[in-house]
Amino acid sequence: MSALHAPAVPEKLTWTGGSEPLKASYGKLMMWFFLLSDTFTFSALLVTYGMIRYSQQAYEGAVEKFYFSTTHWPIPEKVFESVPFLHGMSLPLVFVGIMTFILIFSSVTMVLAVEAGHRNDRADVEKWMLWTILGGFTFLGSQAWEWSHFIHGPELALAAKDAAGNAIEGANLVRNPYGPPAFADLFFFITGFHGTHVFSGVILNILIFFNTATGLYERRGHYEMVEKVGLYWHFVDLVWVFVFTFFYLV
Amino acid sequence: MATATLHATDTHDHEHEHHELGFVQKYIFSEDHKTIAKQYLISGIIWAFFGGAMSVIFRLQLGFPNMDLTWLKPVLGQWIVEGKLEKEFYLALVTMHGTVMVFFVLTAGLSGTFSNFLIPLQIGARDMASGFINMLSYWFFFLASIIMFSSLFIETGPASGGWVIYPPLSALPQAMPGSGLGMTLWLSSMALFIVSQLMGGINYICTVINLRTRGMSFTKLPLTIWAFFFTAILGLLSFPVLLSAALLLIFDRSFGTSFYLSEIYIGGEALPNIGGSAILYQHLFWFLGHPEVYIVLLPALGITSEIIATNSRKPIFGYRAMIGSMMGITCLAFIVWAHHMFVTGMNPFLGSVFMFLTLIIAVPSAVKAFNYITTLWRGNIIFTPAMLFSIGLVSLFISGGLTGIILGNSALDINLHDTYFVVAHFHLVMGAASFFGLMAGVYHWFPKLFGKTMNKNAGYIHFWFTFVGVYCVFFPMHYIGLAGFPRRYYSFTALGNGRMEAFVDMNMFISIAAILTFLAQAIFAVNFFYSIFKGKRAPQNPWNSTTLEWTAPIEGIHGNWPGEIPAVYRWPYDYSKPGSSVDFIPQNVPYSATPESNFPEENEEIANEKEIEGLLDIQNSAYSH
Repeated sequence: MSALHAPAVPEKLTWTGGSEPLKASYGKLMMWFFLLSDTFTFSALLVTYGMIRYSQQAYEGAVEKFYFSTTHWPIPEKVFESVPFLHGMSLPLVFVGIMTFILIFSSVTMVLAVEAGHRNDRADVEKWMLWTILGGFTFLGSQAWEWSHFIHGPELALAAKDAAGNAIEGANLVRNPYGPPAFADLFFFITGFHGTHVFSGVILNILIFFNTATGLYERRGHYEMVEKVGLYWHFVDLVWVFVFTFFYLV
Repeated sequence: MATATLHATDTHDHEHEHHELGFVQKYIFSEDHKTIAKQYLISGIIWAFFGGAMSVIFRLQLGFPNMDLTWLKPVLGQWIVEGKLEKEFYLALVTMHGTVMVFFVLTAGLSGTFSNFLIPLQIGARDMASGFINMLSYWFFFLASIIMFSSLFIETGPASGGWVIYPPLSALPQAMPGSGLGMTLWLSSMALFIVSQLMGGINYICTVINLRTRGMSFTKLPLTIWAFFFTAILGLLSFPVLLSAALLLIFDRSFGTSFYLSEIYIGGEALPNIGGSAILYQHLFWFLGHPEVYIVLLPALGITSEIIATNSRKPIFGYRAMIGSMMGITCLAFIVWAHHMFVTGMNPFLGSVFMFLTLIIAVPSAVKAFNYITTLWRGNIIFTPAMLFSIGLVSLFISGGLTGIILGNSALDINLHDTYFVVAHFHLVMGAASFFGLMAGVYHWFPKLFGKTMNKNAGYIHFWFTFVGVYCVFFPMHYIGLAGFPRRYYSFTALGNGRMEAFVDMNMFISIAAILTFLAQAIFAVNFFYSIFKGKRAPQNPWNSTTLEWTAPIEGIHGNWPGEIPAVYRWPYDYSKPGSSVDFIPQNVPYSATPESNFPEENEEIANEKEIEGLLDIQNSAYSH
């Protein structure tokens, strides 16, 4: 079914039945309601983050004197300050900023793919879907680097130190020298849960690209599937903005 | 454009007439909402017997603590030790009884059956919005069922920490045998169950929004559909929170995290986990857990509205007030969860806020109860089995609801928390009431589901045994609770000075009543399965009902209506309308055909009938993809 081809309904009959009152096909509506549901999944996790974080000790002293300890919550700028290939340089939150930019940019290319779909321009849909897929994979790869860096610990040159001045090692789900164990637990769980969503999104994007390339949507006469998957992709993007804010900025 | 639409419609009808599906597509991986509804119903009934049997076994322990249970050894095996029920297994039984009844019977069996069956038929749709996702929804539920069922047979037993599975008991495999593999299976099963609910829910919501037949505005929807709609919204927004809670618990159990764990000693030895919060789990759980009560109850209330109006031969009293109160209950359901947590050491001020919000629920609930009673008032009541179960529901809803006002008070709840008073309360108001709604629905729509009629007299016997039985089980239970008996205890021998022995006879009475009530369900089972195969052929509209499903052919064809879907012109409760020569006017009869019974404002509606009919092309185009 396609809202694009349905005859117009007089306005006063919008909710009288027999038509699509929200001017959206059932498929698009289902995606919207799924996203509403998924919002609650992520909200529960972020509430968990908030509740656990505020039950922990915050760091009280001056920022320059900050040291890592399991008794207080770390300052995120001190944990995430590495960028690949730039050894020994302290660049707080630069890499995650690049990741965020890439993800948001992939939303822009997704918008362009949807727009190309409205014009029934198959070649353009293919092009912009490819860019979106590339953006998704780049984000996932960057996240893998970020995780592995967090797991293996900082370079000695960067000298993340605990109270006694010893360089610290990396974190995992059980032990976390950067701060209370909950910091690493929540980081891995929530960014991992989001990463799983991004991964599913990339798979969906590949399917859409494939269907576009084989001409399925051209034969169908409309590119609504691009729009539906686009909704999901924007949602995943929006969730990242919140995850990013909670873990890196607050 | 018009030709294209017409052509598309033709091919569509063509498909329906000649396309025969194979056995697997027709009965197993079916995408037809009627078949899926039957799959849910029969799965639910099977689960109900397992859930009921579990309660009978632990009632034996509670009512007859000294009884020799060796005769159960062929079934329970090593869970019977020296003629007595094993203590750990008792805990597993109460846990599984709760889980099975709440989720598998009253969520999947009730809303899964009737949302699936009635939404397309009552709103005038060919099927659910997405038949494929609907099919997946059932099979995810089936997979969840298999996993939950298999956990009954493992050596360490199924999950045993109560149906709420609070950590740290559920988070630490060494805490009790049931927290081992049994809990892992419980969590896996529930994760699949939630996926199933999600897929069902988005289908119900989108079908109601997009696929109503021409003329079926929201204010002409039967109250059943309103109830299923709100139920789906509740499930859509609350189950994902349980998913998050369960995933975090899985990580605590299997991957060493400490989301819910902090400062725990087992056998004098400190666990490494620090920083988590067990109360956090309770907040997340009850954010689902409380709406879940209404996920269970609202469909039953919707079914009851329909059956009581039909069998009183009167319009439902306060149609819009019914919708408003359901909407009120839906919203309040999300902001009262912490009344399950008054004894967790919560700030008393916060407790009083949740108490206040909780007590407000009494208002929409009372509106509903009074509307049922005023619908019955001076009606030409026809006591079909479905009607009896509906009236029974109203009775149970009121008796159970009154104790809710007591328990909603934080000061009183602190005394009564986790006693049999609570058990009695929620079994009446949500357990038995929803079960009565399920039974009412089965008796009422059996002719539509299977095209056959059930034996009426067996239905009456089943009703009276169940109704009297339920009250005999749960009414005395209030006294036991007030006397201080805590729930989930294996036995009460150690509670001192023989004081508890005073209630041995009452516990015995409850157990006997529970066993008889359980056995009476066999009458239903025989009636149900016998009637499917050997029942008398049902008439087209056995209860003289106004809603659309009774205009569809009895055989239940794919696509529901052979020709065009009927249009709808009036609300679903035109029973005993003054001036009309018949005592019911179906929704698809236009006002222009009934000038003798129209109210002045309805005469004005006649002018709009042309416009409604004009929507036919648009409606058909929705099916032409």
